[in-house]
Amino acid sequence: MGLIIHNEKIDGSVAAKLIDICPFKALSFENGKLSVNAACKACKLCVKKGPAGAITWEDEEKKETVDKSLWRGVCVFCEISDGKIHPVTLELLGKARELADSISHPVYGILIGKNVKDHAAELCHYGADKIFVYDDAAFEQFRISPYTAAFYDFIERIKPSSILVGATNMGRSLAPRVAARCGAGLTADCTVLKMKENTDLVQIRPAFGGNIMAQIVTPNARPQFCTVRYKIFSAPVRSDISSGEVVKMDITDDMRRSGTEILSVTEKPREIDISDADVIVACGRGFAKEADLEMARELAELLGGQLAGTRPLIEAGWLSPKRQIGLSGRTVKPKIIICLGISGSVQFAAGMKGADLIVAVNKAADASIFDICHVGLVGDIYEIVPQLIEKIKGGKANV
Amino acid sequence: MNIIVCVKQVPGTNKVAVDPVTGVLIRDGVDSKINPYDLFALEEGFALAEKYGGQVKTLSMGPPMAKEALKETIYMGASEAVLLSDRKFGGADVAATSCALSLGVGKMGEYDLIICGKQTTDGDTAQVGPELAEKLGIEHIANVTEILECDGKTVTVVCDLDKVHQTARLSLPCLITVEKDANTPRLPSYNRKKSMNCDELIKVYSVADIPEADEKKLGLSGSPTQVERIFPPEKNTDRTMLEGSANELSDSLYALLKERKFV
Repeated sequence: MGLIIHNEKIDGSVAAKLIDICPFKALSFENGKLSVNAACKACKLCVKKGPAGAITWEDEEKKETVDKSLWRGVCVFCEISDGKIHPVTLELLGKARELADSISHPVYGILIGKNVKDHAAELCHYGADKIFVYDDAAFEQFRISPYTAAFYDFIERIKPSSILVGATNMGRSLAPRVAARCGAGLTADCTVLKMKENTDLVQIRPAFGGNIMAQIVTPNARPQFCTVRYKIFSAPVRSDISSGEVVKMDITDDMRRSGTEILSVTEKPREIDISDADVIVACGRGFAKEADLEMARELAELLGGQLAGTRPLIEAGWLSPKRQIGLSGRTVKPKIIICLGISGSVQFAAGMKGADLIVAVNKAADASIFDICHVGLVGDIYEIVPQLIEKIKGGKANV
Repeated sequence: MNIIVCVKQVPGTNKVAVDPVTGVLIRDGVDSKINPYDLFALEEGFALAEKYGGQVKTLSMGPPMAKEALKETIYMGASEAVLLSDRKFGGADVAATSCALSLGVGKMGEYDLIICGKQTTDGDTAQVGPELAEKLGIEHIANVTEILECDGKTVTVVCDLDKVHQTARLSLPCLITVEKDANTPRLPSYNRKKSMNCDELIKVYSVADIPEADEKKLGLSGSPTQVERIFPPEKNTDRTMLEGSANELSDSLYALLKERKFV
């Protein structure tokens, strides 16, 4: 299965075309033979865009190995962070309701912790049909083995079709561990989720480190796992009526076993968190040197907002990693984001597309940032920003 | 201590775009480098080996040219390296990648600690480390910001759990993933570059070299997730584009900010 290379149809010029099409340098032509190496991402562009018949795709012989009707329910991992329900949990419950309704499945929550009864009851006000609770002293602190064991027990007993996990530090550690134990697929940081009639979860995320989105499915395995960042979806309004039922799950000694001992837990010093800011001024490579960020900082201060940046600025050490927006940084959902000199990679966009108002200033009229902005200004940040600052200051003086 | 550090070779730039008309991917001078997050994992490994004695070996999966990334790890201080390279590893998702890496670990002898970077800059999933730990049946902890001590039986680390820091003691062997900026990564040594024979120190294995490998669990066949299609990001058609002099533009922006009550 996979790519079939028909070398009888491939000469030097065909090979050159194919090599050029492959974005991952996975094809090479040596001694008159074209071959594909481990860099192949199975994007099939060589099949679709290459000279007809040179490379073909042989579909998997994999039969449907899983009876999808045995797997029911869209499940959310309900994270307790520092004694509180993490807000991403509510956002995911809202999305789970929408996905589940389209295939008439129930919405489940799995809640693991110590003394979490009240949290379980509260979650029933956000559209969950059942909250399965693993409540034990062993789960007081997040430790990978007990949490994985409880999660796996839940999957074996309840057999949910899809599982949504918040892409927090806890979720990003736990979800892959549980997915691997189930032999399930897992898609990280989905920005769009949809449901097919056959209960396949359609997962869309930026992919391959490029300016590309990938639509990913898990057609032959259940459960289907994905993680979603905080602030990608919107939380539903709390209903006064509890819609769900809390189900207490049995705890076994096996679940309590762990090779990790938590010695202490300390509050992190309060630090800037751009994900909660209402106003963000974001800077990109349009800034020629570190000192020039000063004008963006001043603008952010005048607007009562936070300064943020794209990966290149963080890698250059101009801004703290805490101020990075994008897939490798934070996801933000401010009321307004002003993007200065940012080209607008898909990784950056994934981290800020939820903003209510996106304003972009860039010299290049064809910058991708203009494809996602609401208001685009084609111009030089070095002229516009200082003038804007003067006008804001002047405006304030006039009041 | 025997330490294994997993590294990945990633594109030097992330400027891969889709031509909206033809749907063909456009490459823009893609060169390659070690995943920047892995540099912090390597540094933690070298520092531990220097403090407690022992050696650091590196492991990667990728095309033949990924050997370059492993060479660099040897110049930095790794004693040897393993590259898993075979067409049959290609098209791997997280599950198939961690399966392949677990086979690679099996080729590297006894180990106490496996260190991975927090995530890669091309996949950005942060999932391979935890899945690898599960495949190996060892404990793991993610987002480590500091290794406090290592006594031969356990390792004590501080990890970032978003709101809090956990200080945790894990029994060895185990796997940790290291946060960005946990340390200052070292540069490759010129002397090592001159003196080390990488062809001897880097072993390249294909699937055929690993008798216990199950092809059904590797590469595309071993990947439960499938890419149905790839497409350029959607464009927002409901937008206002403004052009003009800097004075006009800053006026418009000021008016907008005022209208929406941001000033």
